[in-house]
Amino acid sequence: MKRNLTMIPYLVWMSLFVIIPMLLIVYYAFTVTTPEGTTWTLENFSRFFEPIYLRVLWRSVALALVCTLICLFIGYPVAMIMAGNAFTRKNVVMLLFIVPMWMNFLLRTYAWLTILERNGFLNVFFSTIGLPQMNILYTNTAVVLGMVYNFLPFMVLPIYSVLSKIDKGVIEAAGDLGANSFQVFMRVIFPLSLPGVVSGITMVFMPALTTFVISRLLGGGQFTLIGNLIEQQFLVVGNWGFGSAISMVMIVVILLSMAVMSFFEDEDKEATLW
Amino acid sequence: MGVLLLSILILSMVLSGCKKDRPTLYVYNWGDYIDESILGEFEKETGIKVVYDTFATNEDMYVKIKSGGSSYDVIFPSDYMVTRMLEEDMLEKIDLSQITNHKYLEENLMGTEYDPKNEYTLPYMWGTMGILYNTTMVDEVVDSWDILWDPKYTKEILMLDSQRDSIGAALLKLGYSINTLNLQELAEAADLLKKQKPLVLAYVVDEGKDKMVAGEAALALTWSGEAAYARSENPDLAYAIPKEGTNIWFDVMAIPKGANNIEGALKFMDFLNRPEIALRNAEYTGYATPNSAAKAMLPEEIRNDRGSYPEEQDLVNTEVFVNLGSTLRDYDRIWTEVKAY
Repeated sequence: MKRNLTMIPYLVWMSLFVIIPMLLIVYYAFTVTTPEGTTWTLENFSRFFEPIYLRVLWRSVALALVCTLICLFIGYPVAMIMAGNAFTRKNVVMLLFIVPMWMNFLLRTYAWLTILERNGFLNVFFSTIGLPQMNILYTNTAVVLGMVYNFLPFMVLPIYSVLSKIDKGVIEAAGDLGANSFQVFMRVIFPLSLPGVVSGITMVFMPALTTFVISRLLGGGQFTLIGNLIEQQFLVVGNWGFGSAISMVMIVVILLSMAVMSFFEDEDKEATLW
Repeated sequence: MGVLLLSILILSMVLSGCKKDRPTLYVYNWGDYIDESILGEFEKETGIKVVYDTFATNEDMYVKIKSGGSSYDVIFPSDYMVTRMLEEDMLEKIDLSQITNHKYLEENLMGTEYDPKNEYTLPYMWGTMGILYNTTMVDEVVDSWDILWDPKYTKEILMLDSQRDSIGAALLKLGYSINTLNLQELAEAADLLKKQKPLVLAYVVDEGKDKMVAGEAALALTWSGEAAYARSENPDLAYAIPKEGTNIWFDVMAIPKGANNIEGALKFMDFLNRPEIALRNAEYTGYATPNSAAKAMLPEEIRNDRGSYPEEQDLVNTEVFVNLGSTLRDYDRIWTEVKAY
């Protein structure tokens, strides 16, 4: 009974802010409201599977994948360096990753606008050292850059937290048994760090897939992503049914990607952000 | 489940228990759209406490009012949103006899399509849509929408990331109404916008004026108020209303249904229509005031600036945006097509 009582705040919270909103989304996705009344329909979903919307979905998935891969290739080595014994300034690097996250996300993205623009900081710097100017702002590159910048900590931190917990004895044992450092990495360290990699990938892929601020600001609104589409349906068009249907498709895509990911995940070793 | 209901009940009692005795007026306006020192003066004069909240788009405001979670006494919707709110019976009638200062409002800015008899709204600010351009980058005379399709300015053009406005510019170039319900005309506008996309540097909203001030682009589709701000920051910029016509817009004051302090709301609207108060708001925001007495007090260079206060001949072909009903979905589809193209 005591256990039940302590669960009440959690249950209230979950039902008010998770379950009821989810049910509302399902309701809106499957209904259409006309002046004659509300009827059940699949129209919202069939509209989503038209070529223009599929292209938006495809572009979102592709950009999110590219962003996740770049984060992984930058983030893994960083996490390894931070977790290594030789590295004594861990806390400083950790702080460097975390402090920018204390600043507002929108503000950091706005900062990139002034850095990347034609007469911006980066181009002024390039021209002073004699390099040609580049127009990065309002391209796919700028969008991916903004995503990588914003989401990189979510890749580094879980991998770091798993790597730093690996028993050093295991690595030494592998060395004693004749494995070179490449083999140690491939056969021991990397497999042991997989839970961190998996959670890093999930934590980068999901926000990258649904972002709408980064693509609007840095992409100059030329690259409609799925997040922009959903926002537009709710705020501009007022077509909550279609917006909810896209949201449901997104939930399915994310659940699928999580299912694929959990296939790789080791049951006993839950990786966490910290 | 019983416990769950009980806790919701207690929660809602706690939240609704915060009623105050002093009369309070809840005002919901656009961000940065009033000289806020005016609110304090109103409080001192009337003893009514003002709670002032802001919104960023008409749609944000609509969703909040529609959901009924909060009750405001004075709101500031734009023209087409007024139509939508009237269709959904969301606005109270205004008793004009309580607002003596409405006599200062300019006759030709009253009785527009969204509220022909001025029963529900009073104009607060007004303006036009047009082309803001940098005179150091554009040599020719800007007087037509065609210039936004001129390949000479490839990657030098900023369009608005706003369906009605950007599609509107294309419709105007084609000579159609910005409120067209004709799908054939809309398809032509879509083709035109797709053709324009390679020339466009970006589709922007708020950041557009800063980009123009910084000299990042030569031409931008923008609103007169934004243009007034940009021109005050960078003297190289100029604003033109194309000869094919354009959109004329109004942000108005209105009282939503369910307002608790209608008397206070009327006092507030009367207060804002006092010439000296309207003057301060016009100077603070840089937007054009519909208050003729306030306009007369403005510095000459602002009063005579045809960008902010166009003359009658500039406004011959202007149209107000009207609510499109279900055709809005076709505008949305077109816009998605253009952006995903």
